[in-house]
Amino acid sequence: MLYSIEEFYSILPFIILSTGILISVLIEMYSSKSEKILPWFSIIIFSAAGFYSLLTVNSMSVIMQGMLQTGGIPNIFHFVFNFGAAITCLLSVDYIKKYGAFFGEYYILIQISVLGMMCMAGAKDLFMIFIGLEVMSVSFYALAGMNRKRLNANEASLKYFLLGAFATGFVVYGIALIYGAAHSTSIDVITASFPAMSGNVIFLAGVLLFLIGFSFKIAAFPFHMWVPDVYQGSATTIAGLFSTGGKAAAFSAIIASLAPLFAGSVHVFMPYLAVISVLSMLFGSIVAISQNNIKRMLAYSSIAHAGYMIIGLAAGNHAGIAGIVFYLTAYTFMNLGAFGIVSLIEGNGETNLDLNSYAGLSEKNPMLALLLSVFMFALAGLPPFAGFFGKYYVFISAVKGNITWLAIVGVISSAISVYFYIRIVVLMYFRDSQSGFTIKNSSAGMLAVIISFMLVILLGIIPGSVINLISSFLN
Amino acid sequence: MSLELFLFLVFAAVAAVSGILMITRSEVVMAALFLILNLASLAGLYLLLNAQFIAVVQVIVYAGAIMVLFLFVIMLLRPEHEKIVTKISGIRTFAFIIAALVFVQLAYVILKSHPGSALNSDVTASVNAGTVESIGTELYTNYILPFEAAGFLLLAATIGAVVLAKRKFE
Repeated sequence: MLYSIEEFYSILPFIILSTGILISVLIEMYSSKSEKILPWFSIIIFSAAGFYSLLTVNSMSVIMQGMLQTGGIPNIFHFVFNFGAAITCLLSVDYIKKYGAFFGEYYILIQISVLGMMCMAGAKDLFMIFIGLEVMSVSFYALAGMNRKRLNANEASLKYFLLGAFATGFVVYGIALIYGAAHSTSIDVITASFPAMSGNVIFLAGVLLFLIGFSFKIAAFPFHMWVPDVYQGSATTIAGLFSTGGKAAAFSAIIASLAPLFAGSVHVFMPYLAVISVLSMLFGSIVAISQNNIKRMLAYSSIAHAGYMIIGLAAGNHAGIAGIVFYLTAYTFMNLGAFGIVSLIEGNGETNLDLNSYAGLSEKNPMLALLLSVFMFALAGLPPFAGFFGKYYVFISAVKGNITWLAIVGVISSAISVYFYIRIVVLMYFRDSQSGFTIKNSSAGMLAVIISFMLVILLGIIPGSVINLISSFLN
Repeated sequence: MSLELFLFLVFAAVAAVSGILMITRSEVVMAALFLILNLASLAGLYLLLNAQFIAVVQVIVYAGAIMVLFLFVIMLLRPEHEKIVTKISGIRTFAFIIAALVFVQLAYVILKSHPGSALNSDVTASVNAGTVESIGTELYTNYILPFEAAGFLLLAATIGAVVLAKRKFE
């Protein structure tokens, strides 16, 4: 229930999005041109909700009977989800005709998944985290298998559904154990009683199961097996959304539920987090080298990036949390840009996806080659771009948290990963083209890539003020 | 022996026996019917815990709707004509390990929580908490946001299912 107009203003992004979803369903029902209207309608809704969240980032409040937190870090996440989804919709305008999923429900499902993500980021109660997770995941399962005629897409959807349901099982079991120990699902009550609970086996087992469930969703190493197949099988734009929005939402849920806990002196989960972080970084970076399909390569790179971000959780201090939020923001836009360019180059029927298709791209389309190089440099973490600062803040937090060895492993892994990112740049600029395909022009897709490019550059120019803003919400 | 204890023993025995019978039947329809019996006796246990509404929902939704769905799927797929899949080696051991883990953990929780200490403390409050009115009041005040979000969960599932099943692809 809403008790005042202030509460209404705080929850406005949710109201904009959910009203938008219902209107979209009506448009889909009554308009024969819904697949042409809905992408632009979705972009308007996402931009409105995203910018409103960013404008009201300083008004912190807890609303809806202690269920939802607005302002601060949740609003930064709302901005990232909404803007990422808007870019995905812009990329999809021309892409989904090529892919064979040219209908309006595609956009409605993206909208619903973003609503689920926002519930997770702002959650103040484990109920909200669970329901948000399910809203997001169910939309994602359907989106992964959007084109029923493609066997790859069917496999991706089924794999994602089965393993995702398995992961949800872990999360629910964890929540049940936490509730059993703490007698409440309210995150404030749970974190307040954490020091007293730190010897309670049931409580610790619950938190560990909760973390394991979310390790699936962020695609960390022992729980990564679905990632390459799902990213390869589903539409490229949707794979971009899975790797950015989905990952950011899972991290936002961990931060929303466990951030106060990581800030304390008791940090019993450091060994678990450190181990999965090291394994994800090294596994992702090394296996990505041997990939020949660019979507699979980006999938393994996304596993490695999950590893870098977990360093921030393992560090267990405010700098680590701020580093993760910055890293996720930067990663969302550089990865969406990379997937966007892959979707522009992809031909009908999942062609032009192997690395050799990128040979000689600088002559065929110098603009795309330049933009993809920037995204690859940013993903590799080279200095002037946003990706470098993301890694820098996370590694610094590890040093502050007295786990310097983890930062060193991170640096080694980044050095390994430079090889496969730069290989694409070398292919584009120093090899001759072997296949004579032409790239279809898509002005909407191009616009989306350029917006991502500008955000990557912007975050690389003003990382200090962004990280100061994020840190100011943590103290 | 009080009536409550007697009823508990009856429901618990039916639930346990029907559970074992369910997983040992080779005929799928029989297994499904024993699952109905299992779910119905669980509803009886909920009733003994003063959760009247949950008990009714258990009967209507699980023992009713979901079981009809199961039986329809069994009827449409006709699994009795299928060859029995060769057993995956080690799956039984794995299942035993998981079941043992869950059992040990449940036993630990139950023994640790001192059974009997909290019983009969305030029966009226407990009975009132299980009514439709109190659950409805909670849902529409304190839990309104998760309730609305669950509505969108159903919407996503419906749209996803309709798109995947009904859309014509060229």
